[in-house]
Amino acid sequence: MLITAPAAAWETPNERANNGMAGAITPKPTATRKATEDRTATSRGRSLNGDFIGSEAIVITGEVIGVVIVSKKYAVVAENLVKTYGATRALDGLSLEVEEGTVLGVLGPNGAGKTTTVRILATLLAPDSGSAYVAGIDVNKDPQKVRELIGLSGQYAAVDETLTGWDNLVMFGRLYHLNANAAKERATQLLEQFSLTDAARRSIKTYSGGMRRRLDLAASLIIKPKVLFLDEPTTGLDPRGRLEMWDVIDELVKGGVTLLLTTQYLEEADQLADEIAVIDHGRVIARGTSDSLKKEVGGERLEVTVEQSKVAETAKLLSELTQSKAHIEEGLHRISVVAHGGSARLIEAVRALDAAQISPLDIGLKRPSLDDVFMSLTGHVAEEILEDVDSGAKNNKRGKRDKRDKRGNRK
Amino acid sequence: MIDGLIIMKRQLLQLIRLPEVLIFSTIQPVMFVLLFRYVFGGAIDTPGTDYVQLLMPGIFVQTVAFTVAATAIGLSEDMSKGLIDRFRSLPISRSAVVLGRTLGDATLNIVVLIVMGLTGVLVGWRPSSGALSIAAGFGMLLLFGYAMSWMGVLVGLSVRDTRVANSVVFLFVFPMTFLSNAFAPTTGMPKPLQYVAEWNPVSTMVAGIRSLFGLTNQFGATANSFPSQHPIAMSLIYIILIMVIFIPLSVQKYKKVSPR
Repeated sequence: MLITAPAAAWETPNERANNGMAGAITPKPTATRKATEDRTATSRGRSLNGDFIGSEAIVITGEVIGVVIVSKKYAVVAENLVKTYGATRALDGLSLEVEEGTVLGVLGPNGAGKTTTVRILATLLAPDSGSAYVAGIDVNKDPQKVRELIGLSGQYAAVDETLTGWDNLVMFGRLYHLNANAAKERATQLLEQFSLTDAARRSIKTYSGGMRRRLDLAASLIIKPKVLFLDEPTTGLDPRGRLEMWDVIDELVKGGVTLLLTTQYLEEADQLADEIAVIDHGRVIARGTSDSLKKEVGGERLEVTVEQSKVAETAKLLSELTQSKAHIEEGLHRISVVAHGGSARLIEAVRALDAAQISPLDIGLKRPSLDDVFMSLTGHVAEEILEDVDSGAKNNKRGKRDKRDKRGNRK
Repeated sequence: MIDGLIIMKRQLLQLIRLPEVLIFSTIQPVMFVLLFRYVFGGAIDTPGTDYVQLLMPGIFVQTVAFTVAATAIGLSEDMSKGLIDRFRSLPISRSAVVLGRTLGDATLNIVVLIVMGLTGVLVGWRPSSGALSIAAGFGMLLLFGYAMSWMGVLVGLSVRDTRVANSVVFLFVFPMTFLSNAFAPTTGMPKPLQYVAEWNPVSTMVAGIRSLFGLTNQFGATANSFPSQHPIAMSLIYIILIMVIFIPLSVQKYKKVSPR
């Protein structure tokens, strides 16, 4: 019953249905990127019982050599979502899917469409067009059923601050239609699980940021959701709070929950996600594992800042040393090159600069950041939507590379 | 419905966890009773009736009219804190949250009216009708407050910030309560304003409550208009009208609302 056709023969669900084969899977390619070396193109379709399943085509040097059926079940599927707010196109044909029991990290800058995506998937917002399925259920057609299966934790701790942690969890438990005893029992369990037992009877106002987020997360887990949405779970937390939150999420993931998590931090996606979808301007611009994305970015970079007069010379020297193209940020007098080999390259660079009597103002290895991923994928720096709205047309004409100078100021 | 009651319970629980809210929301009307009784009471001539008898229904109506503010502010706070998002992601009916909020505010009104009534009695308020009429009067007050609360739902879900909710409501309700027969005779107003005052739901409510409390002096009613002649009927019409308009609008708004 499963289809083993080359990628070129994939049909849209409608065509497949017309061919009388709707009973099998109706795959269509969702990956729009070019098939290049060693990349697998994935497709997915819907089986008779409503599950989304997928297949993978192994593509080597541009040729499809075969299709491997991997019985992937998708817990979340978004197809071509579009949402506009006035002139701003928050989502511009966004598609993604999350395999059951895995974690998808949606990575992007502010205004890329992360929150809008989560809001649509969590039934809070209707898309202008496109469709979305959570646990096989159409979000637009049967939102109430979806709500019974999901947990959502947003950017801020959405709990009643006047009440205690206990009050909140019992209330939400009741609203998930647990009876009074079950709600209390679940509240006790969750407070224990999230190390909040001591603070259970205190008003949320007395909680630290990290505690609030943990309580918020606990509230989203009352019914043991099939799919959990976490929208920037650590934004605004201090480093300690962030680490605590990571531990908590890690535990959940081990428990087998399907998780869609949005974040601005590559490191966070790296830490928590099985797969990462990078989004920009309301579209998915790249997908892959953390490793594959980093490979694309080119691993660690060596960054050297020198006096203005030495910029050109330094760039030439570093370029020769690393056999890679030097990227120069004029205003900052900063040169960066891809540095395979890490700290060994750093030492070599210091020696070479010393020999050339150039004394760097700053030198160091830099791990790939979100900005680097963006830079490498789009050729422009992650912009925030506000800047776009303010001076959209102008920026587009001017070419986006020069915006990289702003990166020092980016949060 | 159960869900609505759980939301309402949350609001009452807030009063236990943070009793200051209840204390201050009753102190203000009590303060108004005392101020009007002793500041204006001496200046306004009310032949045949103590000012305090006329004042109390006015102040009751003003207080329940301001339920619109309580509801609007409460809901816009919930929205800015993301609570509305969370509620909307739960498998509960789309009317539960707003229903719970309005019921909670109505319950708070009961407490406030009791405290105000007792304060009134202390400063000389003595309703002269029977217990049944008095109870009917309070029932009407609660109903009016409940209707106003639904107006507050729409305001609270429509504004982007709690401070805006606050100003919008004051800009609207403050003149509404003063451009009426609540505190002074409408006969002193310019003629066009007298008509406005007579058709004002606050005036019909005040006049209706006064008659239920056994008073004949209505502070004006010079225009002989329908509302001034049938204040109770007119008030009930207004209450129904407000609910018929604002309940569907509010629930509709809640379905689509998103913090922006």
